[in-house]
Amino acid sequence: MIDRDQVLHVARLARLALTEDEIEPMARELSAVLDHVATIGELDLDDVAPTSHVVEVTGRLRPDEPRPSWPREQILAAAPDANHDGFLVPSPQA
Amino acid sequence: MADPLDLTAAQAAERIAAGELSADELFASYRERAAADRAAGEEGLNCFTWVAEDGAPDADAGTLSGVPLAVKDLFCTEGVPSQSGSKILEGYEPPYTATSVQRLQRAGATLLAKTNQDEFAMGSSNENSAYGPVRNPWDRSRVPGGSSGGSAAAVAAGLAPWALGTDTGGSIRQPAALCGIVGLKPTYGSVSRYGMIAFASSLDQAGPLTRDVRDAALMLSQMVGQDPCDATSLQFPGEIAVPSAERLDGVRLGVPSELTGEGVGIEAGVKESFEAALAQAEALGAQLSEVSLPHAPHALAAYYVLAPAEASSNLARFDGVRYGLRAEGASDLLDMYTRTRHDGFGPEVKRRVMLGTYALSSGYYDAYYGRAQKVRTKIAEDFARAFEAVDFVVTPTAPTVAFALGEKTGDPLAMYLNDYCTVPMSLAGIPAISIPCGLSGGLPVGLQLAGAAFSENALLDAAHALEQSLAFDGSAARV
Repeated sequence: MIDRDQVLHVARLARLALTEDEIEPMARELSAVLDHVATIGELDLDDVAPTSHVVEVTGRLRPDEPRPSWPREQILAAAPDANHDGFLVPSPQA
Repeated sequence: MADPLDLTAAQAAERIAAGELSADELFASYRERAAADRAAGEEGLNCFTWVAEDGAPDADAGTLSGVPLAVKDLFCTEGVPSQSGSKILEGYEPPYTATSVQRLQRAGATLLAKTNQDEFAMGSSNENSAYGPVRNPWDRSRVPGGSSGGSAAAVAAGLAPWALGTDTGGSIRQPAALCGIVGLKPTYGSVSRYGMIAFASSLDQAGPLTRDVRDAALMLSQMVGQDPCDATSLQFPGEIAVPSAERLDGVRLGVPSELTGEGVGIEAGVKESFEAALAQAEALGAQLSEVSLPHAPHALAAYYVLAPAEASSNLARFDGVRYGLRAEGASDLLDMYTRTRHDGFGPEVKRRVMLGTYALSSGYYDAYYGRAQKVRTKIAEDFARAFEAVDFVVTPTAPTVAFALGEKTGDPLAMYLNDYCTVPMSLAGIPAISIPCGLSGGLPVGLQLAGAAFSENALLDAAHALEQSLAFDGSAARV
């Protein structure tokens, strides 16, 4: 069972604000899914190698050919806020 | 001559190439239908998030001869809104086009529309879209399935000749089943993921949603191939051929009890239709046997650790800095991040980001993510063992036919159970196709065939033989 404090801790890690009325339903729903997920705890998996990739690809390299970057103004045009040469964000310190 | 809107994409391409049909007129007919659905909003099927302006785009010369294509919203398309069904990307127009879309365009496809989807492909009913739910053309009070619900409904309703979708745990196959069309998830790595707005990178795969198996083969044939921009993409061994098989002589089909037996929650009508299709396969010469996938019952649990874990990492990029939404009035940078993500993500995306973050957090990683990756190994081994005895594993694609809008939105776990029969193949990275195999209560039932990695040609041939024999009639869904 996930409690209120755990929800708030995970939300902080996830950089996600939750309103007061979102916390309890989130705890309940996460708990229900985690109860189902817990069934994998029943399996004996001690000698099993984890799958990190389903098809075998080993360190394939592509030719290192220079190509142009995206034009700066095109990328900045999609940003919520920008000045002439970068993304503009609020100050990290309140 | 037949109504051009009744032609499959392959038939349309042939007629255009032979000078019997105008690509511009075909585009105009579909565009008008798609635009009407878009204009109707949620009063219509709500299949589209964007429809091309009037006037067919210039098509490249190629096999696809200017046949129009609908593309799931999450594919980046240059200068065209690509929002992955999310408010956080509302109006975002990428500077480039996804490799898979670009390949289809270079083969002569024209971009007709972008299709509605569950937000960031998270969902099985298309009710998680920030742009409203899609309706099932067979019964407008029901869901089309998801996450590629707009793509599936558009093809079933005849609002597009065919559509591109993506499948992470069943997002092509399940909506194809619920809408009575064909949906193919290719072998992981055979189609480039470059330019797909990522959900779970180790599982995401692009594929066709089409009216028939031949169209699925045609679209896939133009999509496969290695891409320098996706290091996980692979060179498909050989070419995808047009399927022509009419018989299943000597084809060994395995029915896994774990995905078809008691306790899976398969509706009686779905079961009946599935078993009738198996009998039909036997009549075509197939050999049926039971196979065992002992770890398949644990696939859903492993999937709901792995996919949210990868999603929580992939979705970290949506922070209000580089594109999309930014919450107003934040006091500082951290406040801006957390409020932007609160305002921009819908409830299901928040749940999965939270679930994934929890599973990856300190103290829980081994119990959840580490174990889930081991379960994935066991599932892949189960399939490898099954494919020593049979050519394909067959199951119903989804346990139920299309359910009512709103029926499962209150219970995330009940919604996740839609993916019970499709998730194991995703975890194993193997190809799987859903074809319509009958109706239950007037709603389509899908049959899933899954084969070993890179067995697409044999898989398409088997699906084609069965499709021809079953002769499913989808015309009732056309609008």
